[in-house]
Amino acid sequence: MNALTRPLAHLGHAVLSALAALGRVSRFAGATLAHLVRPPFYWREFLHACLQIGWLSLPVVGMTAVFTGAALALQIYAGGSRFNAESVVPQIVALGITRELGPVLGALMVAARVASSIAAEIGTMKVTEQIDALTTLSTHPMKYLTVPRVLAATLSMPLLVAVGDALGIWGGYLVGVTRLDFASSTYLANTADFLEVWDVGSGLVKGAVFGFVVALMGCYFGMNSGRGAQGVGGATKSAVVAASVLILASNYLLTELFFAA
Amino acid sequence: MIRITDLHKSFGTNAVLRGVDLHVPKGESMVIIGGSGTGKSVLLKCILGLVTPDSGIIEVDGQDVTKVKRDAFLARFGMLFQGGALFDSLSVWQNVAFRLLRGPGRLPKAEARAAAIEKLRRVGLTPEVADQFPAELSGGMQKRVGLARAIAAEPEIIFFDEPTTGLDPIMAGVINALIREIVEEMGATAMTITHDMSSVRAIADRVAMLHGGKIRWSGPVAELDATPDPYVQQFIHGRAEGPIESVR
Repeated sequence: MNALTRPLAHLGHAVLSALAALGRVSRFAGATLAHLVRPPFYWREFLHACLQIGWLSLPVVGMTAVFTGAALALQIYAGGSRFNAESVVPQIVALGITRELGPVLGALMVAARVASSIAAEIGTMKVTEQIDALTTLSTHPMKYLTVPRVLAATLSMPLLVAVGDALGIWGGYLVGVTRLDFASSTYLANTADFLEVWDVGSGLVKGAVFGFVVALMGCYFGMNSGRGAQGVGGATKSAVVAASVLILASNYLLTELFFAA
Repeated sequence: MIRITDLHKSFGTNAVLRGVDLHVPKGESMVIIGGSGTGKSVLLKCILGLVTPDSGIIEVDGQDVTKVKRDAFLARFGMLFQGGALFDSLSVWQNVAFRLLRGPGRLPKAEARAAAIEKLRRVGLTPEVADQFPAELSGGMQKRVGLARAIAAEPEIIFFDEPTTGLDPIMAGVINALIREIVEEMGATAMTITHDMSSVRAIADRVAMLHGGKIRWSGPVAELDATPDPYVQQFIHGRAEGPIESVR
């Protein structure tokens, strides 16, 4: 191999590795869906996952939404004033929060909180032989660990996005009314009149997809964790990075699908 | 009961098992000895299907383990893992009753709890331990809970993976005695892997030594000390000098 072909070989190796990883993740996702529709289903683990992933993520998703809505209102007001469009603050805040920032930022926060904890928990279970113990106790690890978490995240995330939407709009409203001299009734009326059902609905669908991605990445990297503390640390880091990148990439694809002219 | 024929398993270029042949008769306690990294755990995991062998045949009661229904097959086994492998998120009694609370033959919660407490008592733990979590227990107590979980569903075959590793000599003696008592009481077939010679003498009916990926020697425990095999002699006496290479 000479100096000319070596970079090409490296590039080819990187592409093949990436495709192989994509294949492994796709097979894992397929296996998760296959186990989802076949009994047994572990309700207790599902409800526990709903609590951990959905309910306990509410504070972080809520605070993210409030501050994002508030900052968005200030930015739109400052930017809009350059061409006398300050009055569109309520509409743009509502649109930005429901279609994009609510689902994407909420999902990124959930990825940081949930993908990491799932990967660390399952990774630790793997290195301490708890996954092997599950198998010897006639319990399939995919059914017991992956399916409840993925389903809980897929169903919880739209609810978190809905709460985030409301709080994000409220954040914008607070800034609009207290700092930007909007009349309360005008702000609310403009928001309500402008928003369409699909603005909110598309964000909820995105939320479900992002929830699936977050839990799937947590479980995948946890199940494939290396040995020892370093292996679990690596799995946790990879889960958060992969979930975050996939959220942003799938957000673009879904936006193309839903709103491309 | 368990028959292993020409079993091979490699991890990359590392050939761990290179043609293992072994027979464990029903109701017998077989102890596999051998140095660290000789493939003892891999052998157990191959039998349970946790590791897929490259080639060879594993039969339990004459049936190829790759052709049996997995759940029914695994229901015949109990296993005590080296580190206990207790589920951190479940209380002690839920760990012990894990199999009793799930699957086709599941028991009502109260009955499963009572059965778990009975098994805990059998391994010398009081009912007060039942509602604690594994992280609150000492290493010896965790081993006992692992043992209680392994025997909870009255399995026909029990595997013990390094049952005394990490325990002080007195606790190791207690665990060894418990294992022997329980295996005799249940009439179970047992396979133990260890490099602790006190465990071997306490638990074994027969001993097999795994070295170089093959069974180097096997025979009744009473013949262990008398065998002229230099590998066995070096191992059981813990000598640095001998045919088994040691890294210094």
